[in-house]
Amino acid sequence: MASISELHDRLGRREISAGELLEEQLTTIEEQEPRVHAYLRLTAELARAQAQAADRLFREGGPVGPLTGIPAAIKDVLSVQGVETTAGSKILAGYRPPFDATAVARLKAAGLVLLGITNCDEFAMGSSTENSGYFVTRNPHDPQRVPGGSSGGSAAAVAAGEAVYALGTDTGGSIRQPAALCGVVGMKPTYGRVSRYGLIAFASSLDQVGPLSRSVEDAALVLEAIAGVDARDATSADRPVDFLSELEAGVEGLRLGVPREYFQVEGLEPGVRSAVQEALRRLERAGAELVDVELPHTDYGLAAYYIIAPAECSSNLARMDSVRFGLRDESAPNLLESYLRTRRAGFGPEVRRRVMLGTYALSSGYYDAYYLKAQKIRTLIAEDFQRAFRDCDAIVSATAPTVAFEIGAKMNDPLAMYLNDVLTLGGNLAGLPGISVPCGTSEGLPVGLQVLTPHWQDARALRVARAYEMVRDAA
Amino acid sequence: MALLARLGLEPEEEEFYAAQLGGILAHIDRLREVDTEAIPPTAQVVPLANRLRQDEPLPRLSPEEALANAPETRDGYFVVKAIQDAGDA
Repeated sequence: MASISELHDRLGRREISAGELLEEQLTTIEEQEPRVHAYLRLTAELARAQAQAADRLFREGGPVGPLTGIPAAIKDVLSVQGVETTAGSKILAGYRPPFDATAVARLKAAGLVLLGITNCDEFAMGSSTENSGYFVTRNPHDPQRVPGGSSGGSAAAVAAGEAVYALGTDTGGSIRQPAALCGVVGMKPTYGRVSRYGLIAFASSLDQVGPLSRSVEDAALVLEAIAGVDARDATSADRPVDFLSELEAGVEGLRLGVPREYFQVEGLEPGVRSAVQEALRRLERAGAELVDVELPHTDYGLAAYYIIAPAECSSNLARMDSVRFGLRDESAPNLLESYLRTRRAGFGPEVRRRVMLGTYALSSGYYDAYYLKAQKIRTLIAEDFQRAFRDCDAIVSATAPTVAFEIGAKMNDPLAMYLNDVLTLGGNLAGLPGISVPCGTSEGLPVGLQVLTPHWQDARALRVARAYEMVRDAA
Repeated sequence: MALLARLGLEPEEEEFYAAQLGGILAHIDRLREVDTEAIPPTAQVVPLANRLRQDEPLPRLSPEEALANAPETRDGYFVVKAIQDAGDA
């Protein structure tokens, strides 16, 4: 399958039009969707208008960029003006945002052709896309298995060739983990790199928007388009945006930190471990130096995350109140009953669990023992990374402890499901950039190599991932 | 807790969630092992100072756009259910 820059060249040479490229994609979607179920809804009419506009630019020599006319998909948590956006939840059925999320607006300005809206776990809470209020997305490598989550629809769409790239969001691993399980590239930028304006919030201090793509270069191109300061998100950072100039610089002389704790986590499959170790050997042969580092509070990350994220979500989801948008149970005799019945009808089990957990952790009497305690552990985890980065330039590990698991396997055991995120959520707690790049297989299913770097060193994470891609593909 | 979170649960669901949340909280209790007496909490991990903008009006939604997704509106307002049952007053 062609990369963004190959497609851009073909569009520029007029070998193919954006309209033709779109129709090819729609045909692939028609073929794959009965098996994969990546999309909640298609936006073919909008896409045709956008493709026509792109073709006009190519024809008339107007301003075109690398993404002009490239067909892509967007996760159902980013507002697209006038297009139903539901966060994978029944409670937002029919909601049509009156504005675009900043990341979406920037892609539109860069020449987006929007194929459709991809499935996800409800309000991005989950690691398998089984928590969608609509249906389960399947892993294109084995339809009996999950695609990971919560951006499972975006990962599956890219893996199945149903989109050139897709946007996802990552709160505890929700871009990187499905990318690993579907065998594509997925990047969570530094917290503050990409505006969260227009993102339906899950946990505001952890959420980041990022790309899923077939190659590291594609991820860098998409990140260039969506990154940068935005007056509408006070946490977006005014930092230089350049993810391409270092991309091909290789790993010679870079120190890659191998955290002992990340290779000892509960449930790390031997096949995943050996695929990652093989990847590290290749990086070493390419000139990187492997150094041992320690992240001593790793064991507490999951517990801290499952206080902080639910606490923030219980607060954010209070806006699902049956007043301004979304469902309303009309039978309710009063306002309190309207809240209770609407939220009962609209929220699935995982959302209920997390809203209850977060409400409990924030309630008076438990605040110090849970929420405040978790915030202090968060400090220790962030300090672990700062200390480790004194001895290395990037931290490398598996992205997820397992390959894609069977649909239904973990649905009755929330804690087992949460353990999928044990290697990714530290990056969110510490606000670090992280990328997952495919590194071979275990039991015939894709494995992901994760690269984490210090704040604002997104370009270095991309560079290491790109260097690995080169040695992988040369073998 | 379910009522405080405005979640309507049936009695049998309450038992189901109580058991699951008990298991999750048992895992979370391992945080007590860590001495955090002298550790400051982290709320926001990437240091940013307050960012202010000029106090000037920006483009905004029209009332029609803002109301377009509401289940019920009247005269340019959102309509909510009465706080008390009809007839209680």
